Amino acid sequence: MSEVVHGYRRPNEAHQPPLNSPAYGSTRARHPQQPLLELPHTLTETSSPIFTPARYPEVADLTVLENGAGHAMGERIIVAGRLTDEDGRPVRHAMVEVWQANAAGRYNHEGDQHDAPLDPNFRGMGRVFTDEDGWYRYLTIRPGAYPWRNHHNAWRPNHIHYSLFGQGFAQRMITQMYFPGDPLLPLDPIFNTVSDEAARNRLVSRFDLDITRPEHALGYRFDIVLRGREATPMEENHHD
Amino acid sequence: MTEGTASSATPELAPSEATIASAHQTAGPYWHLVDFPEWADTTRHFADALPDGAERITVSGTLRDGNGDLVTDAMVEIWHADPAGRYPDQNGDPTAFQGYGRCATDKGGRFRFVTLKPGPVPVGPHSQGNAMQAPHIALAVFARGLLQHLSTRLYFEGEALNAADPVLKAVPEARRGTLLAKPARPGEWTLDLRLQGEGETVWMAV
Repeated sequence: MSEVVHGYRRPNEAHQPPLNSPAYGSTRARHPQQPLLELPHTLTETSSPIFTPARYPEVADLTVLENGAGHAMGERIIVAGRLTDEDGRPVRHAMVEVWQANAAGRYNHEGDQHDAPLDPNFRGMGRVFTDEDGWYRYLTIRPGAYPWRNHHNAWRPNHIHYSLFGQGFAQRMITQMYFPGDPLLPLDPIFNTVSDEAARNRLVSRFDLDITRPEHALGYRFDIVLRGREATPMEENHHD
Repeated sequence: MTEGTASSATPELAPSEATIASAHQTAGPYWHLVDFPEWADTTRHFADALPDGAERITVSGTLRDGNGDLVTDAMVEIWHADPAGRYPDQNGDPTAFQGYGRCATDKGGRFRFVTLKPGPVPVGPHSQGNAMQAPHIALAVFARGLLQHLSTRLYFEGEALNAADPVLKAVPEARRGTLLAKPARPGEWTLDLRLQGEGETVWMAV
């Protein structure tokens, strides 16, 4: 008996960061040294949890607390974009989680000891869902740069972390959105782990006047592409 | 949503940008802003009314790096089938059991999930007979220093189907133990993970 599983396309290595990246010091003791075992895609990899706003409530405005008291300091921005797969199909009803530093470059996290002020009115995390066409949108504060100890005088460029789920657990990914024209980008070992320039630059959002709301906030566009399905289904191998 | 839903005024994607998957980047050390400790219990919506035939279990372990040091800032996720070996239908009931969990490693480098023991899982949507996989849990590890998350599978020691499981069989016997959880007590399964070095977990390219 033979049947097929529609697996996901394997990544192009130049378009993804390597696990061992000496310029990013934290990879040193954390990257596997043994070759990875190539896992055939089964139902475990091609199925995914279902997230709904009923159980995972939306937080589409990071600039106010739940009780609505007080507004976060900093430059208010709208970030919007489209989640698609490698075939250009929208990823519908997907949960998009974001987290970031505040305008001063400080995370509301006990591990962040940077000498910059916390903002009691900034939520620091958001959660939104894509619509029928894969669009998502949230309101936040432009994050500040902050120092880290990777090397002398190291500063992370402004960025927002993204956590994404698709329709198969093989599409699961975490990434970072950067800002156009940031002078720290050419110096950042994490951004530069992606060797392909075009792939790297797809992590940089674009200023977008159509997303910008008059008298309110600048708009940035950030599209994300999840893996697509294999064109040719894999044969299941179960002759034993 | 304060800003309303997505705007139709925004232009369509240029086709050239829609064809290659976006690059992963590290979750970094501050991902706990999206840590919700209750997510470590996949049974949290069920109180005592578990699905038929369900066995509530714990799955725990420690995570160490190449120096043998505990990794205390990682996010571990699990994904697995229900006790009957089924995954949720994307168009199905969103309140049905789902074997998805997220857990932060603590100061002892330890993660701990409460979940239901998964059943044997078909390889594909129409698998029959020996096309069953042994009960298993997909594990994903995200952390500072991991530019892409690491993936592996947890299997349960002593399962009869382990001997025929296509993934386990592809692992050299000497390293298979890194995927086999052991029962500390009945229903309490443990598996320690090692990112690098001696006893390195068999990590998988998914």
